[in-house]
Amino acid sequence: MGRFHPHGDHDHEHEHEHRGVGDHSGYATGAERITVLENILGENDRIAAANRAELAGHGVRTVNLMSSPGAGKTALLARTIPALANRTRVGILEGDIATNIDADRLAGLGADVALVNTDDGFGGECHLDAVMVRSGLDQLPLAELDLLVIENVGNLVCPAEFDVGQDARAMVYAITEGEEKPLKYPVMFRAVDAVVINKMDLLPHLDFDLELFRANLARVNPHAVTFEVSATTGAGLDGWVEWLIDTAT
Amino acid sequence: MHELSLCNAIAATVDEHAAGKRVDVVRLRVGHFRQVVPDTLQFCWTNTVAGGPLDGARLDIVAVPAVVVCRVCGGSTELDEPMLRCAGCASSEVDMVSGEEFMIESIDVSDRPDTGAA
Repeated sequence: MGRFHPHGDHDHEHEHEHRGVGDHSGYATGAERITVLENILGENDRIAAANRAELAGHGVRTVNLMSSPGAGKTALLARTIPALANRTRVGILEGDIATNIDADRLAGLGADVALVNTDDGFGGECHLDAVMVRSGLDQLPLAELDLLVIENVGNLVCPAEFDVGQDARAMVYAITEGEEKPLKYPVMFRAVDAVVINKMDLLPHLDFDLELFRANLARVNPHAVTFEVSATTGAGLDGWVEWLIDTAT
Repeated sequence: MHELSLCNAIAATVDEHAAGKRVDVVRLRVGHFRQVVPDTLQFCWTNTVAGGPLDGARLDIVAVPAVVVCRVCGGSTELDEPMLRCAGCASSEVDMVSGEEFMIESIDVSDRPDTGAA
């Protein structure tokens, strides 16, 4: 009761629809239907909004970086952090189901790195939610940052469903994943502002149709900006780095 | 497996609205553009509420079709595949007007046998 209802424009909190004989007596079954009309992710979204406000209060812009496992998020960041040096102050929030392998890989490159393992409790979560990001923010010197990149858990499904308080969403897509991925995971590809097309150095060795991939992407998200890069060789990173700096300012 | 955390979120909201009454049915509206597997959600729900105050509450999932409206010709298209395109003029300048719902619509409650009317 007394909760803010973000959805629906009903002007009272509950509709009570009494059903069945005897309901109005207040005895018998007391059966009734209560209208709820609450977004299931409403609590997550409220915390995400608080994260966003706190980050904005420190002048930090935030990118939620997502991909399937092995697409190259960490490798891309290992190339990106040095390229951002002296231009923008960057922090990384690493989400991993377990281990600090990725966080260790990025430590020492010039960014502040916070690690949030998502395996608390039963099974481990397949995504970062707003509460997990909230706990990671406490590990970072927000007052000293311009840009925060949240490296989400590798997964093309769940992370797209959870707002964590970012200003922009980006994903890394590897050309080894096949051209049809935007159609198989439309929610993810639709959710992002930018797609980094990675592993372009492998193009000569693959039976990969880049134009078909672009056409599939355009079917679900005609407005995403794209960058063709190789995190291994460092080729093509300039556009991505400039996009991050634009996002941070 | 984010269905498990979704069930926890659903249970918390339902618990609050039920205000101590027995919950018989929880009615959800789930858009086709949501990546929720109904069978998995049902399975997780049963496990989430087992032994607690919501034990026995049935999850009733109402599927909401994905519909886009074309900015060019104004036509409305119900999508049966995830391609955001107008069936009338083939434009991809479309806005999704339904299919992203993920909400608790209503719950059916009744008095618990031992407590009487609240």
